[in-house]
Amino acid sequence: MITVKELTKRYARTTAVDQISFEVAKGQIVGFLGPNGAGKTTTMRMLTCFLPPSAGTAKVAGFDVLDQPLEVKKRIGYLPETPPIYPEMETAEYLKFVGKLKGLKGQELQKRIDYVCDRCAVADVKKKLLGKLSKGYRQRVGLAQAIIHNPEVLILDEPTAGLDPKQINETRDLIKGLSGSHTIILSTHILPEVEQTCEQVIIINNGKLVATDSVRNLQARARGAESVLVEIAVRDGSLDLPIVQHKLEQVSGVSRVLCKQQVDSRAQFEVESEKGRLVRGDLARTVVQCGWDLNELRPAAMSLEEIFLKLTKNESVETEKTTTEESQP
Amino acid sequence: MRNAWIICRKELGSYFVSPVAYLLLTMFGLIFGFFFWNALAYFVVEGMEMQMRGQTLPMNLNEDIIRPLLSNVGVVGLFFIPMITMRLFAEEKRTGTIELLATSPIRDLEIIVGKWLAAMVLYGCLLLFTALNFAFLFKYGNPDWKPLAVGYLGLLLQAGALLAIGTFISTLTKNQIIAGAATFGVCLLLWVLGWVSGYERATWARVLSYMSVITHFESFDRGVIDSKDAVFYITVIFVGLFFTARSLESLRWRS
Repeated sequence: MITVKELTKRYARTTAVDQISFEVAKGQIVGFLGPNGAGKTTTMRMLTCFLPPSAGTAKVAGFDVLDQPLEVKKRIGYLPETPPIYPEMETAEYLKFVGKLKGLKGQELQKRIDYVCDRCAVADVKKKLLGKLSKGYRQRVGLAQAIIHNPEVLILDEPTAGLDPKQINETRDLIKGLSGSHTIILSTHILPEVEQTCEQVIIINNGKLVATDSVRNLQARARGAESVLVEIAVRDGSLDLPIVQHKLEQVSGVSRVLCKQQVDSRAQFEVESEKGRLVRGDLARTVVQCGWDLNELRPAAMSLEEIFLKLTKNESVETEKTTTEESQP
Repeated sequence: MRNAWIICRKELGSYFVSPVAYLLLTMFGLIFGFFFWNALAYFVVEGMEMQMRGQTLPMNLNEDIIRPLLSNVGVVGLFFIPMITMRLFAEEKRTGTIELLATSPIRDLEIIVGKWLAAMVLYGCLLLFTALNFAFLFKYGNPDWKPLAVGYLGLLLQAGALLAIGTFISTLTKNQIIAGAATFGVCLLLWVLGWVSGYERATWARVLSYMSVITHFESFDRGVIDSKDAVFYITVIFVGLFFTARSLESLRWRS
């Protein structure tokens, strides 16, 4: 649905987006992730034909953003960072105006207005001035505006920014509900949002693509091998760390055991296993057979937060390394 | 051009929902009302004096009231035009709604023409106020309507040119005040440029005075449609809107 090839945006002195390439399939929800100033908004603006790219191509539904912007715009619903509302208009009036701009008319327009008001929960403020609405309502009117013409592609720039937790959940559910019939790209720097709503993640940092993958693969990739967290306690009070470690290492499939912390008679281990082998059952059996208590046993999945930090920091860590190496004689 | 009409309707909506339109209409109505009253009072006093002196020189409503008043409308309009155009694009840029317009399936030209048209309609409403006053002349006197109609046509063309310039200036900034002040400066300059023709006959002076928006109004004011002057105004309208389009485009490249 969306094909981006080596998309680049240069300003006078800076390169905001640097040769980004990715693809989004029809009906997918993609999270566009990156720290502030990473180039998320610039990329989205290029996809919506607001900014022309300096180099590279972007195609939406087969139409190039430079060659056929009108065709692209017809198929895109866009919610910028600040909802583009006119404070002196009423909600219904505004949606009518946007609907007309997008080419709707007559009965169909009225139907769509009623539908999006209902969908985005703004029906109760239809007759209110937009300037008088709260931030949450404005955001939802912005979303209503984006979906009014039932676009194939939805591009949402930080759709949950500034909402309260309840509204955030509602907005997420709304976005999830819209997927399937719409292809959605949403940008955010809030990680749980991506974990909860998106199927695929595109991470960019400093204008460069850092990673693009499904949420699950990304977690697996950052983790490398499967790893499990085990907490063991010994009742009689003497926990012999080397013995426990040795026993755990002997479980078939385990490749490495790391003691993470030890407090009195309790110890926590991170157990890494070879890829594709499930060792949790064997681990539990071994612990119980040795007469220890098994306090905790859970997969040590890395949260996206950690992956994100790992990926976006990678570069700086590497450069740091080289500089320290260089400084040493 | 359906899209231009949608934009125009929306702009008119914001003019008339906010106090802007009403303020302009009131001020213009008051100022022009005073001019009209002044001109009429002068006309009446003059007429009585003539009768007392026994002179029977024909007095003419067209020549003595309508003509000077119309050129006054043009001048007063100079002051109102910046207030009409200053928000057109500056406000959209400030609030970010320009992103909505620019990502909707409409052409830049449609946005520009729509906005300019809305400004024209508001100016037309101002002119309607003057028509109210002139209606009294038709009720109690017998002026010729044709020069008046031509005068109005000239006023609309003149305003169209200045509004196009104002629309262009509004795309240059996010700040309404700056847009308004700059437009006012340019309008004023285009008015006084004509003064050089009073003392200088050289080519440069003729060029300068040709560029004045006021000199081209004189023929309309006399009730004559001079194609040379009409072409001047229409050219300025096109050039102004063309520059607006270029400016809007460059906005995206710079952003």
